[in-house]
Amino acid sequence: MSGFEVTRTDNADVSVLRLKGYLDAHTAPDLENALQKLVDEKRYRVIVNFKDLGYISSAGLGVFMGFIEEVRSGSGDIKLTNMSPKIFRVFDLLGFPALYEISDDESIALANFHKK
Amino acid sequence: MVPNLKKKYQLRIPSHAGNLEIVREFVSRIARKVGFNEDDVNKIELAVDEACTNVIKHAYSSDSKKPIEIALKVDLEKLTVEITDRGKGFNPKKLQRPDMKEYIAQMRVGGLGVYLMKTLMDEVVYNIQPGKRNQLRMVKYYTKDGEKKTAQVGVG
Repeated sequence: MSGFEVTRTDNADVSVLRLKGYLDAHTAPDLENALQKLVDEKRYRVIVNFKDLGYISSAGLGVFMGFIEEVRSGSGDIKLTNMSPKIFRVFDLLGFPALYEISDDESIALANFHKK
Repeated sequence: MVPNLKKKYQLRIPSHAGNLEIVREFVSRIARKVGFNEDDVNKIELAVDEACTNVIKHAYSSDSKKPIEIALKVDLEKLTVEITDRGKGFNPKKLQRPDMKEYIAQMRVGGLGVYLMKTLMDEVVYNIQPGKRNQLRMVKYYTKDGEKKTAQVGVG
């Protein structure tokens, strides 16, 4: 048992990854694999829901940095949602809000994908 | 007679990322027990995770046989965390505040940890002797925003 789970749901052209548990240097490769699979399938519209994530370190944030360029160059995006204040603070300290769309709820991210 | 309120807690783990959870549990329990609020407990927990992650990935290049020592020293005004390894070390002066746009462009992931540690803790000092003994010392004071907190050191 690794203490981390990522569940994928495909919703038409948008894929949602729901994270659960803790995301650190040990579990980051699991998220990396899930994102790599999406990119391999050319599914570039991705929502990552943090609702059930209790902890994140910079190793977890690094995973998003590793994929964002490729996803955006495929006309997609990685939109982040449902962060607790504890999780948001780590993203905020590293300047992510200027570079990633972070919203309170998955439905907002989904609507933003369909706006364009 | 003045009671001795200094306490020291130690943990020694093999250098493997699978042990980070144990480190976080150890550090956060003690920080909570000596009276830090949940916000500060989270900061200390993350700073120590980042420090150990750097040792595992860089100082020991993921050689899981090597040991990492984590010592927490508690006194009336502060919590001091000392993380010691015998790996290859690095030059802390060469680290700069990361430029996130640059990082993303280069897909660089390392270096964020040290920046976080400096942001989360009150003091971060490296003592690097490559191959012999590298020690990182981080301090968090109980006092914050001029408000004096009282340490509750241990219970029995």
